Amino acid sequence: MPAVSTETLTQLSYLVAAALFILGLKRMSSPATAVSGVRWAGVGMLLATLATLAFMGASSFNLMLVIGAISVGGIVAWVSGKRVAMTDMPQMIALYNGMGGGAAAAIAAVALYRGTEANAVHMAMATIGGFIGALSFSGSLIAFAKLQGLITKSIRFGGQKFLNLAILLATAALGVMVASGANSGLPVVSLFFVLALLLGIAMTLPIGGADMPVVISLYNALTGLAVGFEGFVLDNAAMIIAGTVVGAAGTLLTQLMAKAMNRSLGNVLFSNFGETSAAGGGGVTGAQKAIEASDAGVMMAYSQKIIIVPGYGLAVAQAQHKVWELAQLLIEHGAKVRFAIHPVAGRMPGHMNVLLAEAGVPYDLISDLDEINAEFDTADVALIIGANDVVNPDARTNSGSPIYGMPILNADKAKNVIVIKRGQGQGFSGIDNALFVLDQTRMLYGDAQAAVSQLIQGVKAAG
Amino acid sequence: MIDGVIALYIFMLAAFTGYEVISRVPVILHTPLMSGSNFVHGIVLVGAMVALASADSTLLRVIGVIGVILAAGNAVGGYVVTERMLKMFVSAGKKAAGIKKEH
Repeated sequence: MPAVSTETLTQLSYLVAAALFILGLKRMSSPATAVSGVRWAGVGMLLATLATLAFMGASSFNLMLVIGAISVGGIVAWVSGKRVAMTDMPQMIALYNGMGGGAAAAIAAVALYRGTEANAVHMAMATIGGFIGALSFSGSLIAFAKLQGLITKSIRFGGQKFLNLAILLATAALGVMVASGANSGLPVVSLFFVLALLLGIAMTLPIGGADMPVVISLYNALTGLAVGFEGFVLDNAAMIIAGTVVGAAGTLLTQLMAKAMNRSLGNVLFSNFGETSAAGGGGVTGAQKAIEASDAGVMMAYSQKIIIVPGYGLAVAQAQHKVWELAQLLIEHGAKVRFAIHPVAGRMPGHMNVLLAEAGVPYDLISDLDEINAEFDTADVALIIGANDVVNPDARTNSGSPIYGMPILNADKAKNVIVIKRGQGQGFSGIDNALFVLDQTRMLYGDAQAAVSQLIQGVKAAG
Repeated sequence: MIDGVIALYIFMLAAFTGYEVISRVPVILHTPLMSGSNFVHGIVLVGAMVALASADSTLLRVIGVIGVILAAGNAVGGYVVTERMLKMFVSAGKKAAGIKKEH
């Protein structure tokens, strides 16, 4: 019999899995191959899991626990993942990401409670990975709760940064104790994890909803790193590779997002967005002018070129199907219709693209900021649906505005602007919008879905 | 099994790979991609399984079971939502040709 050990077979399956992950991520970089990309990665995951299950050599009691736990977690996640609405995707990703971080922390906890890791490097790796994983776990859960509407206020108080710093330092000090002592005992290790969890909560609570995409992306990268660290502890190459790839990719993605919002990562994490807006938004004067849906419908029916700018209001109202219906109607009328997507429209970069794709909008009609901005000059109508900050011309002109310098969609350059908005109040970030009071702007108040339905009636009535 | 320095090499090469793979992704795929990378770190499942398999006390078993449940949720949930999102991307050409898949 050739001596191929189960250990070798397991490692080979990890090698194949790691290759499939990288190829899968690469295929996800183009819409044409993206679905096959996630399936390739899925095959890799299945292979690694089955090989581990077959060859890990657990006692039958532990094996039973493993299979039971996989079934429970897998079935709950499967059902919730199939049921979640596309609009709720960002918080779902936050939730699944938090679970990954929690799992990494659990691996670290097993290693540290046991305290038998002879290797000092392994102890240090387990501690760092456990810290990052626990932080990502509790932080992601707070992000989930905020986006889900379970936590509606951003909790801020004086000296908050110092409290967070104190928690961080205390966690680090305990971490050093845990990592250096081969067996530091249950209370110290437990306190270490409690503090790491607390830090994730304390860090995320003060961050405003508008910054959540950046935060979720950051926690995604952190979970990847935590998984990579625990991979070192377990001598598991698949975890090291997959975790590190995600850590690097997630860091890049986080930077891209922060850049699109013209904010540094430090700014997102340590400044309290929204608090300065009352002072900064003071430059907006003038009254908003309302329009009836029937009049707006007539205007659009006789327009040659229309650019639709969707925002989170569209997602909340589930109006993506109605908007596509309206766009098709206008195309039948001979108008040129484009969708303009700001990089941070919605709650995550690309969130709007997903919603429009769900409604069946071909991606050829969807343009990003750089492609579309020159087009607004020649557009007859810019239709803003539930978007706010991403079309605020103050970002270009008012240096006192909190969003000054953020790249925006130049909707104010269009001949006419129609804004569908729930009411007269400020948007999600609490900043006044200079676009809403321009001469060529008309406000169509109401829920996005109802308003677009009325617009469709208006266009039909017009001819 | 994996020597310290070798592990560092793996770490370095994987970091560059992650950076390179993502840098060519168009903005429209950013959310599915974040979801996809979220799925990929679901590989933590194999680590959680090994940790639970080695557990020899009630405390470690409890932590291990929690870890495996969370990791399985990460992997399965991450896969399901990513696939759902990506299935919806259809180009105008494909649609006209009637090759539109279900969804």
